[in-house]
Amino acid sequence: MSGDGDSLLKVTDLAVTFDSQEGVVRAVGGVSFAIEQGETVGLVGESGCGKSISALAILGLVRMMSNSSISGTVEFMGRDLLSLPESQVRSVRGRDMAMIFQDPVTSLNPVLSIERQMTEGIENHLGVSHSEAVKRSIELLETVGIPKAAERIRDYPHQFSGGMRQRVMIAIALSCNPKLLLADEPTTALDVTIQAQILRLMKQLSRDYGAAIMLITHDLGVVAGMTERILVMYAGRIVEAAPAKQLFAEPHHPYTIGLLRSVPRLDEPRKLTLQSIEGVPPDLAHLPPGCAFAPRCLLRTEECRNESPELVPTTPGRLSACFHSDRLVKTAVA
Amino acid sequence: MSAAATTATSATAAGRNGDVLVHIEGLKVHFPITSGVVVQRKVGAVRAVDGLSFDVLRGETLGLVGESGCGKSTTGRAILQLEKLTGGHVLYEGADLARLRGGALRRQRRRMQMIFQDPYASLNGRMTLGRIVGEPLLVHKLRPRNEREGRVKELLKLVGINPNTINRYPHEFSGGQRQRIGIARALAVEPNFIVCDEPISALDVSIRAQIINLLQELQRTFGLTYLFIAHDLSVVRHISDRVAVMYLGRIVELAVNHELYEEPLHPYTQALLSAVPIPDPAVEERRRPVVLAGDVPSPASPPPGCHFHTRCPAAQEGLCDVDDPALREIRPGHLVACHLVTETDYPRIRSAEERAATVGAAGVDAPEGGAS
Amino acid sequence: MSPGKPPDEFVPGIATDLDPEGLPKPPDDRALGTTSDLEEPAQEPGGPTTDDFEAGDGDPAGSVEPEFEVALAGEGHSAAMQAESEIIGAEAYGEWLPEAEVIQARGTWTEVWRRFRKDKFAVGGLVIIVLLVVVAVFAPWIAPHNPLTQYDSGLSAKGQPLPPSSHFWLGTDLLGRDLLSRLIYGARVSLVIGILANGFALFLGVIFGILAGYFRGGLETFIMRATDVMLAFPIFLLAIALSSSISHPGIWVLVVVIGIVYWAPMTRVIHGEVLSIREKEFVTAARLTGCTNRRILTNHILPHLVAPIIVYTSLGIATTVLLEASLSYIGLGVQPPTPSWGQMIADGQQYYTSAIWLTLFPGLCIMITVLAFNLVGDGLRDAFDPQQRRR
Repeated sequence: MSGDGDSLLKVTDLAVTFDSQEGVVRAVGGVSFAIEQGETVGLVGESGCGKSISALAILGLVRMMSNSSISGTVEFMGRDLLSLPESQVRSVRGRDMAMIFQDPVTSLNPVLSIERQMTEGIENHLGVSHSEAVKRSIELLETVGIPKAAERIRDYPHQFSGGMRQRVMIAIALSCNPKLLLADEPTTALDVTIQAQILRLMKQLSRDYGAAIMLITHDLGVVAGMTERILVMYAGRIVEAAPAKQLFAEPHHPYTIGLLRSVPRLDEPRKLTLQSIEGVPPDLAHLPPGCAFAPRCLLRTEECRNESPELVPTTPGRLSACFHSDRLVKTAVA
Repeated sequence: MSAAATTATSATAAGRNGDVLVHIEGLKVHFPITSGVVVQRKVGAVRAVDGLSFDVLRGETLGLVGESGCGKSTTGRAILQLEKLTGGHVLYEGADLARLRGGALRRQRRRMQMIFQDPYASLNGRMTLGRIVGEPLLVHKLRPRNEREGRVKELLKLVGINPNTINRYPHEFSGGQRQRIGIARALAVEPNFIVCDEPISALDVSIRAQIINLLQELQRTFGLTYLFIAHDLSVVRHISDRVAVMYLGRIVELAVNHELYEEPLHPYTQALLSAVPIPDPAVEERRRPVVLAGDVPSPASPPPGCHFHTRCPAAQEGLCDVDDPALREIRPGHLVACHLVTETDYPRIRSAEERAATVGAAGVDAPEGGAS
Repeated sequence: MSPGKPPDEFVPGIATDLDPEGLPKPPDDRALGTTSDLEEPAQEPGGPTTDDFEAGDGDPAGSVEPEFEVALAGEGHSAAMQAESEIIGAEAYGEWLPEAEVIQARGTWTEVWRRFRKDKFAVGGLVIIVLLVVVAVFAPWIAPHNPLTQYDSGLSAKGQPLPPSSHFWLGTDLLGRDLLSRLIYGARVSLVIGILANGFALFLGVIFGILAGYFRGGLETFIMRATDVMLAFPIFLLAIALSSSISHPGIWVLVVVIGIVYWAPMTRVIHGEVLSIREKEFVTAARLTGCTNRRILTNHILPHLVAPIIVYTSLGIATTVLLEASLSYIGLGVQPPTPSWGQMIADGQQYYTSAIWLTLFPGLCIMITVLAFNLVGDGLRDAFDPQQRRR
C-alpha cells in the first residue's frame, strides 16, 4: 500500500491546523497514505472530516489560507511539495496534478469564455501557441462529450448546464495530461442520471489517459463503483484503509460499519429501521482525548477514552485505527 | 388533466379501501417570465408543475421523487398553499384549500405542516427554542399560558432534544439537532399531514438515518400522513408506502413501493433506478447501468408530446413526440404515463443483469423480455 | 453484501437487522420511548400527549452477544442509559468530552460585543463618541467660558482674533468669543441634529422599506419608484432648496429637512434587507404555522432588522452630522449666535492664513466625529456579520 519508493503520491503525517476564535482547529491530524500510478482511490467521510482540506494541502493551496499551519510531507513524483517554493509548486499544479471541484457554478470564472479558461493553462504549462492550444481544447471538449465543441468553446459558463459545466471542468483538468486527478465531490451537486454520465466519463478517461484519481466524497455508492481502494476519514484522521471490495464486504472499523448500516440500499430488502450512528460528529476545535469516534461507538471502552488508536494493519493490505478491530476481523488471513 | 386520469385516481382510491386525505386534481403552477422595461409583459412561463393528479391516503407515506427541475418541491409548497395555483384543485378532506382566506386558512393550517430542507435557514436565529416551538401553541391558543412551557419541553423530548436546552438559540445546535427542532415545531400544532421537503439532503450521512427513524417513529405514534419529497431513491424506498416519480412537472409513474422498485414500467423510472449507485463494489461490477443521453430540458420550454421523449431510449417517432401520454392505471394501483406501456408489456430499458442487480426483496423476477 | 448471507425478512412487528458483523444491536429501534412492538396501532390523530412518551426502556440485553455485554457493562453503561442518552442527546456525552464542549447559553448580543471589542479602531471610535456625548451633555459645566459672550479681552489691539493662550485655550473668534466653549456647545448642536435627523430618516425609511419589501406588489413599485426619484436628487442641493425656502431655520426645522432628504437611502437599504429576510425558510414556516402578518413582522422580520438598523444608524449619523455642518457652512443651517461647527468654519474662512485656528479646530471636530461614527458603524457591521457566526 505505501512504502514503495516509486509511488506517484506519498503523503506522510500530513497535519493541518487553523487558528480560530474558538481555539485551534485540527482539521487534519496526521494522515499518511500513498497513491500509485493509474490507481483510483476513494477518500470517504462526512463534512468536517478533513478530506477536502487534505486535497487542498496536497495541492499546496492551504499555505495561502490565513491562520493555517501545515506539517508533514507530500511527495509527488519524488519531490516534497510542501518544501518547495510556490513558483515550483505552481508548475506542478494544473499540469501533473489537477483538481475538479464540487460546484461547477463557482469554480468556473463566469466572466471568461471557456476558450480563455482552457487555453490559459495549456499555454502556460505546455508552452504551445494559442492556436495550438485552441485546437487541443476543442479536442478535449469533444472527448468529454460536449456536442458542437468548436462552436461552444467560445461560450460562457452560464450557457452550459450543470452536467456540461462539470464536463468542462474535467476537460480543463485533463488538458495538460495530469498524472493525478483530485476530484472533490465532483457529482454531489448533480442529478443522479447526470452523475451516472459523469462517473462513467471519469472512469473511461482515467483508463485512456492513465491518470490516477483521488475521489473525495461522502457517497458510499459513488466510491463503490469507481474506486479500487478506499480510505475512510473521521475527525481529521484516516480510520480505515482497504481495497474497495473488502471494505464493503467486511469493514474493520466501527465507524465504517455504522456508515454502511445506516445507508439504505436498493438491492436489499427493506428494513424496518435504519441503524443510525448515535450522536454528532465532534467539534474539531475541542476534540476529546482518545479516540475521536469513541463517544458514538458501540465498542467503546475505557481505553478508547484515554488513548487514540493508531492506524495499524489488521489483515494484509488493510489498516484500521481501532483498539477493537480484532473483533471485527472475520476472514482468516490468506 | 384528462378525464381518464381523474377516473384513474378515484378508482384507485375506491379500490384500495383507503381514506383519501388530500386529493389533488390537475394541479398547475406556472411561473411567468416577464420582460420589458416600463411595463412587464409576460413572454413565457416556467411550467414547474404541469397538471398533476393524485391522492394522498390517510396514514400513508407517499414518496415524491424526481430530479432537479421536476417540480416536486413546488408541488409540496402548492399543496400547502404557499404557492399560487395556476390551475387545478387541492382538496383536503374534501375542502378546497384555494378558496380559503384569512382566518379560515389559518385554522386549516393546523392540519398540515412542512419540514424544510435547510436546517440552518428554517429556524429563526433570534428566537430561543422555547419560542420557536411555542409559537404555534400561541398562535392557535393550544395551551393556557402556564402549560405552554411544559408542552414545549414535551415536544422537545419527543424529538430527542434535551428539554433543558429550551432557552438556547439555534446556532448552538448541529444540523441534525436543528432538524429535530423543526420537526418539534411542526408537531406542535398536532397536524395530520406533513410535507417533508428533502428533510435529510442537507444532513451528514451518519445523521440521516437518525432523522428517518425519528420520522417513522412519529408516524407510527401519531398516525401522521407524509408526503416525502426527495431525490434519493434509496431513502424514499425505505420510508414510503407508495411512490410517485416526476419528470418536468408531470407524474410519469405512481405505484406501490415494491411494485415500483421491483418492476418499474416507465422508461424514465427504469433509467433513474439504474443510475442510483449501490454501495457495494461486487454489485456495481455486475451492473450495466442505463445512462441517459443529454440534459433535462428546461421547464420553460418542455418538448412537445411526451416530455421525456428527447432522452428516452424507447421513444417512437410520430407518437412520442406528438401526443401527450395520459397517466393511466395499467395495473391495479399502478399508474404510468407512457404510450408504450400496456397491461401485458412495457419497454425494457434495462439489461437483464441490471435488473437482476437491483431487484428488491423476495427475489421477484421481472419476466425476461428482450434485453436491450 | 456477500452472497450466501441469510436473507433478512421484512416482516412488520419483528425487530429486524441481523448482525452479520456481530456487533451488539444498538437500541435505536426503541430510542424514542415506545416499546419495541412496532405493531402498536397508531394513536388517533389527535396529536402527541404526555402519555405517549416514556423514558427509555426495553432491554436489548437478550440480543447482545455475551462478549460485548462485558464491554458495555464494565463501563457502567446499562441499556437504559444507552436509551436515555439517545433521548438526551449531546448532554450524555459530556462525560466523554472535554469541558469546553459544554455549550454555554450565550445570547447573540454577548457574541456581538465580543467581536466588536476585538476591532481596535471600532473601540476607539466608540470611546470618542462617548466622550463627545459627555461633552455635549455636560457642556455648561465643561466649557470654561460662555460661548456667546464677546470678550473685549478676546480681541487683539487691532481687533483681530487671538491665538490659543492660557486664558482662551483654543483662541478666540472674530467677535472675541472663546473658541473652545463654542466648540463644546457646537458639539451639542451637531450631535442633537445629527441623531435626531437620522432618527427621523430611519423612522421613515423603516416604514417605507417594510411596506415595500414585505407587502410587495403595487405598493412596492410605487414606493421604490418614489425612492428612486428622491435618490436622483443631489442630497445637498435639495437641502439647500428646502432650507432656503424657510425664513428662520431652527434646529427642529433642520432636523426635518435633513430627515426628508435622507429617507431615500434608508428606504432602499431596509427594503433590501426585508426582501432577503422574507424569503428565508423560517418566515415561510411562520406563515405555515398560521401567523398573521403582524406577528411575522414583529417576531420574525423586525428582530432581523435590528442589526442593519444599528449599523446604518451609526453610519447615517456620520452623514447627517456632515450635512448639518455643510448647511451651516453656507448659512442655511443653524443661525448665529448659536454655535455650529460648520458655521464656525465659514466665519473663519477669510482668516485662513492669519488665524488658522478658526478653521482648523472646527474642521478637526467635524472630521473626528464623522470618523468615529464611521468606525463604529463599520465595526458593528463586522460584528453582526453572519459569515463570521459559528455554525
